[in-house]
Amino acid sequence: MLLNKQHWAVIKFLVFTLSLLPFFELLFAGINDQLGANPIETLHFGFGDWALRFLCIGLALTPIKIITGQSWPVRFRRMMGLFAFFYASLHLLVYVVLDLSLSWTALIDEVPKSPYILAGLVTYLLLLPLALTSTSLMQKRFGRYWLVLHRSVYAAAITALVHYFWLVKKDYTQPLIYAAVVTMLLTVRVVNFYQKQIRSVRLGQKKTTNKISR
Amino acid sequence: MLIKSKTEIASHEITDQAVFESRRQFIKAASVLSASALLPKVSQAEAGKYTNITRSALSTTAAVTDRADAMSYTNYYEFSTNKQDSSVLARGLATNPWTVEVSGETEKPGKYNLEDILQANPVEERIYRFRCVEAWSMVVPWVGFPLGEMLKKFKPTSKAKFVQFTTLHNPDIMVGQRSHVLEWPYVEGLRMDEAMHPLTILATGMYGDTLPNQNGAPLRLIVPWKYGFKSIKAIVKIEFTETMPTTAWNKSAPGEYGFYANVNPEVPHPRWSQSRERVLGLSIFAPKRETEKFNGYGEQVASLYSDMDLAKFF
Repeated sequence: MLLNKQHWAVIKFLVFTLSLLPFFELLFAGINDQLGANPIETLHFGFGDWALRFLCIGLALTPIKIITGQSWPVRFRRMMGLFAFFYASLHLLVYVVLDLSLSWTALIDEVPKSPYILAGLVTYLLLLPLALTSTSLMQKRFGRYWLVLHRSVYAAAITALVHYFWLVKKDYTQPLIYAAVVTMLLTVRVVNFYQKQIRSVRLGQKKTTNKISR
Repeated sequence: MLIKSKTEIASHEITDQAVFESRRQFIKAASVLSASALLPKVSQAEAGKYTNITRSALSTTAAVTDRADAMSYTNYYEFSTNKQDSSVLARGLATNPWTVEVSGETEKPGKYNLEDILQANPVEERIYRFRCVEAWSMVVPWVGFPLGEMLKKFKPTSKAKFVQFTTLHNPDIMVGQRSHVLEWPYVEGLRMDEAMHPLTILATGMYGDTLPNQNGAPLRLIVPWKYGFKSIKAIVKIEFTETMPTTAWNKSAPGEYGFYANVNPEVPHPRWSQSRERVLGLSIFAPKRETEKFNGYGEQVASLYSDMDLAKFF
């Protein structure tokens, strides 16, 4: 069955609603005082986890397209990227407003002493321009540079992992899982890139041999 | 259902300024908290095992952390590196009967029943600040006895310069010990003068009741001026040694966790600041507390380290 525009609008709306669920889950847990003994940490880590998860989901769409040959996954790239940014923003907001209590003194003291916070801030600064230039209008305006700019999402994924590894006290299980996922998703791209190159070289060779034989 | 409130006053009848202020902060934040959180709390310690014990004068007057928070937020890597999970998994540990082996530089080595130890060492309540190396803190009413009083009874020899403590090793029940996140069993240690200090206690209870498994039952160390990881749980072995014990966290990351581990806002952890701490149980809008040197116990313990560079011996 071919899906028309309206179908896709409905599907997109459903995916959008689903993506907001973690936000509402944490919000309602907060309202009902069910965030545990350290509510700020629960919110902070919760939003951070979801930022990383949506970053992974966003990075998984192109590999799915490459492997399955289906083009529909790419329709969700912008939404997933923006949700990664949304949760990253909440993660940062909880840190600045609740953890630091907007204290400049605390910020000046804590950030230089915590390389992982710096890695987190770098990640956010890498994601910010991508979110700002995510509209179709901006995409047109930037032309071929848009794609180049948006490749910095790969860098953001790596700095996000550095951020995670650096903050963990001892048990690296979680960051290792994310690192494995990100590595896999980036590897598919690299392999695909070289396969394309080889193919085009072979095609080129064929053309030249054809020419010679002719 | 647990009816939670953000400050605990009733059972201890303390109303100092900090309590009063934290209540105000709490009320300010009430718009984001549920109505049930505003209900008065059922007194926590009423039905406990240790209802009639005396409170030591060494207790702090700071507002006591909610018991449910203290019971659900525990670093107990023997069970899990997740604080909530470890508090559930620890339920499977059998703590009665319990034997403590005393060995090393002592005139009275041997295996002692915990019951006998407790009979010889009367317990009292000690409300202490508890500061984790992860920059959060609680105020816990421990039930315990001075470690030094007990150690004296074992007659340490003149060679005894340190005391080494060892946690139970039982990977069948302590499922976290099946992974190599730390070297098992967990080992901690104190210099003799630290061990003999009147603030240092062995705890067998908290909040007027027996110690919950996840909080280190049946016997744990509490050294209030040091980071929480020094306060070793489920102790099965006490050894008097001539040389400094190699402790679990120090062995795992010597650049990050020292033998002394004194709370010190001036010496940051290599990866984070120790200047401030998140006091658990306050409003989510409450700012962090400025961490005090020796966790506020400097008057009593600073002299132990007077000739030491605390940045070097962290």
